[in-house]
Amino acid sequence: MAALLKPAVSLASSQFMGQVLKPAAASSSLATPQQYASLSVRAGPYADELVKTANAVASKGRGILAMDESNATCGKRLASIGLENTEANRQAYRELLVTTPGLGDYISGAILFEETLYQSTLAGKKFVDCLKEAGIAPGIKVDKGLVPLAGSNDESWCQGLDGLAARSAEYYKQGARFAKWRTVVSIPNGPSRLAVVEAAWGLARYAAISQENGLVPIVEPEILLDGEHNIDRTLAVAEEVWSEVFYQLANNNVMFEGILLKPSMVTPGAECKERVTPEVVAEYTLKMLKRRVPPAVPGIMFLSGGQSEVEATLNLNAMNQSPNPWHVSFSYARALQNTVLKTWGGNPEKVKAAQTALLIRAKANSLAQLGKYSAEGESEEAKKGMFVANYTY
Amino acid sequence: MENVEDNRQALRELLFTAPDCLQYLSGVILFEETLYQQASNGKSFVEVLKEGGVIPGIKVDKGTVDLAGTDEETTTQGLDGLGARCDQYYRMGCRFAKWRAVLKIGENLPSPLAIQENAYGLARYASICQQSGLVPIVEPEILVDGEHDIEKCAAITEVVLAACYKALSDHHVLLEGTLLKPNMVTPGSKAPKVSPEVIAKYTVRTLQRTVPPAVPGIMFLSGGQSEEEATLNLNAMNQLDTKKPWTLSFSFGRALQASTLKIWSGKKANVAAAQANFLARCKANSDATLGKYAGDAKGAGADESLHVANYKY
Repeated sequence: MAALLKPAVSLASSQFMGQVLKPAAASSSLATPQQYASLSVRAGPYADELVKTANAVASKGRGILAMDESNATCGKRLASIGLENTEANRQAYRELLVTTPGLGDYISGAILFEETLYQSTLAGKKFVDCLKEAGIAPGIKVDKGLVPLAGSNDESWCQGLDGLAARSAEYYKQGARFAKWRTVVSIPNGPSRLAVVEAAWGLARYAAISQENGLVPIVEPEILLDGEHNIDRTLAVAEEVWSEVFYQLANNNVMFEGILLKPSMVTPGAECKERVTPEVVAEYTLKMLKRRVPPAVPGIMFLSGGQSEVEATLNLNAMNQSPNPWHVSFSYARALQNTVLKTWGGNPEKVKAAQTALLIRAKANSLAQLGKYSAEGESEEAKKGMFVANYTY
Repeated sequence: MENVEDNRQALRELLFTAPDCLQYLSGVILFEETLYQQASNGKSFVEVLKEGGVIPGIKVDKGTVDLAGTDEETTTQGLDGLGARCDQYYRMGCRFAKWRAVLKIGENLPSPLAIQENAYGLARYASICQQSGLVPIVEPEILVDGEHDIEKCAAITEVVLAACYKALSDHHVLLEGTLLKPNMVTPGSKAPKVSPEVIAKYTVRTLQRTVPPAVPGIMFLSGGQSEEEATLNLNAMNQLDTKKPWTLSFSFGRALQASTLKIWSGKKANVAAAQANFLARCKANSDATLGKYAGDAKGAGADESLHVANYKY
């Protein structure tokens, strides 16, 4: 199927391109040729590589390690184990993660923050090379964070489009092969139609620019866990958000075979009194995905959004009890790193133990991707919830 | 043959009572007149179909009208009183409905207006049907008329289907309770032909990009293809080794009836032969849904193009 993605005719010879605007006749259409300019194929110069990368990341038994915490957020992580937020400490922690032996068995991609993309091990080996050699695709967070959305109900929108093409091209040169952009939608605040449309449009523009510059875009409209709403309400909002996202992605001529999704699972709000089992989370989440995600999308990599390590794994496992039309997997940050961080505590002698802890969580989620996970033998630490209200990172 | 009610009744009786045919059909779309007609033994057509395990469906649109300010584009009528009509059709035994929206490819066509208007009409119709217990078949037909290549057809079909599913979502239509009746992705009627395998690849790629897995079935329209072409294309799609989470099947009018009609020519003496021919086409398409058609059902006229420019029905 990849061969189909090359234009059979060049854009220049397409019947839509090269048309001049004719003087409007009384009954002429309101459309202009430019509106159909790039309709003939959804493929830029990197089409084949994008499909290859997306499929490699969405490979059986593997998922994404999200380690793209901004410096400020990374600081919080380090502070929780009594460490100062210095570049050296951030480098030491990330080196621990990317040099974990055998990580590539369970991890197909690692999302980095910009600083990390350009860092190396103490011995001088580039982090991107460590990852590539382990069979792990390097990814890069490209958004510039959330800011208040004027005219909304106290909601946010995501910045980062300015200069994105140039930045993406640079990241590609440095070795990144996928990108990530996280916007949020808040149920207690509506969400308003404005916030939903803005989230979708921003993601769509980012996705188009990413593909144009060789990066597979991970599309992440996080529906925040905060709120007292029940799971039915989450489902309704998720359906609205994803309908808008796919519609805008299509309007921006994004090639679906070369994207990945990073949705939140469909769960009750954090403060909702009615809790549900992983099976119910799976049922609702799969229902939402089947109603909204075209099969052309190769992979759906869930965010954990504050669930405990074990919860996140159990829920993923429940979703993989029968075949799905897309790879259903994980892109976890806290749910992979929590125990690792605590085990390391900043102590060089604990690096091996911390790396082992990472492998334990990575393997658990790998099994969950295959639908074969069991929670027997999990530590108490792994079961602790990590919900933080109004989370920014 | 004259276009009188008796002749229309005779044709439908020929089709519905053709021996062994109904096993290959899951549904039959009827026109309103037919819903109220009987076979010559007095049994209603609806009964005949139900006894054969076939679900009766009903065309509910009221045809197309021109969209002012466009280059002869159209929208489909039929929303007024649709709820009440659907209730009545449900009482008569129908369990699904069909509404045909029409778009065409041309210089600057289809326009965004035509796409939005037709998608919106389909969504309103679908919503109303579901409220009355009828499964809506969503049919955004992009006419094959034109000189465009298969790439252009693919690009436009993607845009149209994306607009349709956005509208269905906005109108809270339950996708699990709908069916899609799209055109296959092919070159235009005046462009060089391509093989069934190429049609299959482009068509399935287009559907993979636009149709959520919650939709249980995609029942292609034949749109002027010959009987044999339509069957071969459907067969090729079902042989493709790729992601197809929905059933790929047929909802053929001309491509199931054309040669049968010819053989019958209105003569009682020809009924048996006509019915045998109809059986061959039904079985061929059934095989095609399983990817097992061996190309052996060709009868007289099976290769004839059934294209009529700017088709209305």
